[in-house]
Amino acid sequence: MDYEFHWNVVFQNMPQLLNGAFVTLHVSVLAMLLGVVIAILLAIAKMNNTKFFSQVATVWVEIARNTPALFQIYMAYFGLGAFGIHLSPYLAVLSALVFINAGYLTETFRGGFQSIPSTQYSASKSLGMTSIQSYRYIILPQMLRRIYHPMTNQFVWSILMSSLGILVGMSELSGTTQRLQSLSFRTLEFFIVAAVMYFIITKLVLFGSSLLARRLFKGEI
Amino acid sequence: MNSLFTPLSWSDSGLILTGVWNTVIISVVAIVVGTLLGLIVGFLRAESNKAVNVLFGSVLDVLRSVPLIIQLILFSTFVGAMGNPLAPFVAGSIVLSLYTMAFMSEVFRSGFESVSPSMQTAARSLGMTKWQTIYHIRLPIGLRAVFPSWLGVALSVIKDSALVSVIGYMELLRTSEQLISRTQQPLEILIGVGIFYFIISYPLSHYGRYVERKMAI
Repeated sequence: MDYEFHWNVVFQNMPQLLNGAFVTLHVSVLAMLLGVVIAILLAIAKMNNTKFFSQVATVWVEIARNTPALFQIYMAYFGLGAFGIHLSPYLAVLSALVFINAGYLTETFRGGFQSIPSTQYSASKSLGMTSIQSYRYIILPQMLRRIYHPMTNQFVWSILMSSLGILVGMSELSGTTQRLQSLSFRTLEFFIVAAVMYFIITKLVLFGSSLLARRLFKGEI
Repeated sequence: MNSLFTPLSWSDSGLILTGVWNTVIISVVAIVVGTLLGLIVGFLRAESNKAVNVLFGSVLDVLRSVPLIIQLILFSTFVGAMGNPLAPFVAGSIVLSLYTMAFMSEVFRSGFESVSPSMQTAARSLGMTKWQTIYHIRLPIGLRAVFPSWLGVALSVIKDSALVSVIGYMELLRTSEQLISRTQQPLEILIGVGIFYFIISYPLSHYGRYVERKMAI
């Protein structure tokens, strides 16, 4: 093995890498929040009896699930240019991730909602609860339990997939790594550090999510 | 009119077909190799004790917690730095297969664990040897149970194969990106590419959901 590792340059650039990691977290959190909001709307639309709404939701879900994430990012970055919309790399990656997250989470939400038997609703009504009360205390808590793990997985997936920003010149963790290694030619060192940072980020997110789950569900999940 | 950009023409179809072929071939290699390795690792994980499992699990965990694109760049620069660079296809196949294996092993592990121990005891008491039990009882029952999940992983591998473009493999999305920079017609080309992936993925994902429903009842 005649490769000499030079770690100094990596440590000198640590602030920039950490900044990149922050952008990675930032874009994935935002993509998740927006994705959840859109997914709730799409799930409601999909269960709606009006054919138009449910069809729009179906088309969205199927495109998001059946095409590569990189395709979505190219579509947002190059494809929208044909309509005169020129997105920055950050916005292109964000909108692609939101599109995909919304598509996957729609099915998660719909499945979670439909897994609660309608008799639960009738039972809570017969106990004298109002509609809002039965959703607030009976339906939604049970639903949240069932969709919690798929949602965590989707969030981790967004963190990992935001690394595709490297291909459109976004300055998140992998894009920053790419730029720094091209200045110093220490490709291996920089990407090893990036890989470790991604690993730590995903582990921290999973750890935080299990702590939150313990608080929310008091161990019964 | 002389322009810097030449529009899309029929002579580009050769390039596009090469991209399609390269996408198909690397996906098939990764799915086949990843499935075989995943089957072995999944079986070993279902069989082995807790200590071995933790060790196996943490290695697989790294493959699942680091973005595929970083793994691809790391692996191809690593073998380059060691003095024997690999062709993009070879390096891409190795990384994509291992990545697939990490997911497949979990799928198969849960399949093997879904076959109840009493079924194995029953097979043994009928006079089957250990290998006969594995071959005639655990494999067919375990594999049937996880077919929909297997299909889901395989489909995601086809989509993830697009990322191998980052180390210079000329798969479909990379050829389309080159065509875009030459023709400046992003929308037409990208829609075509999207339709290609959709045509492969959509029917299979529906078939998977159909099988899942059928098995649930």
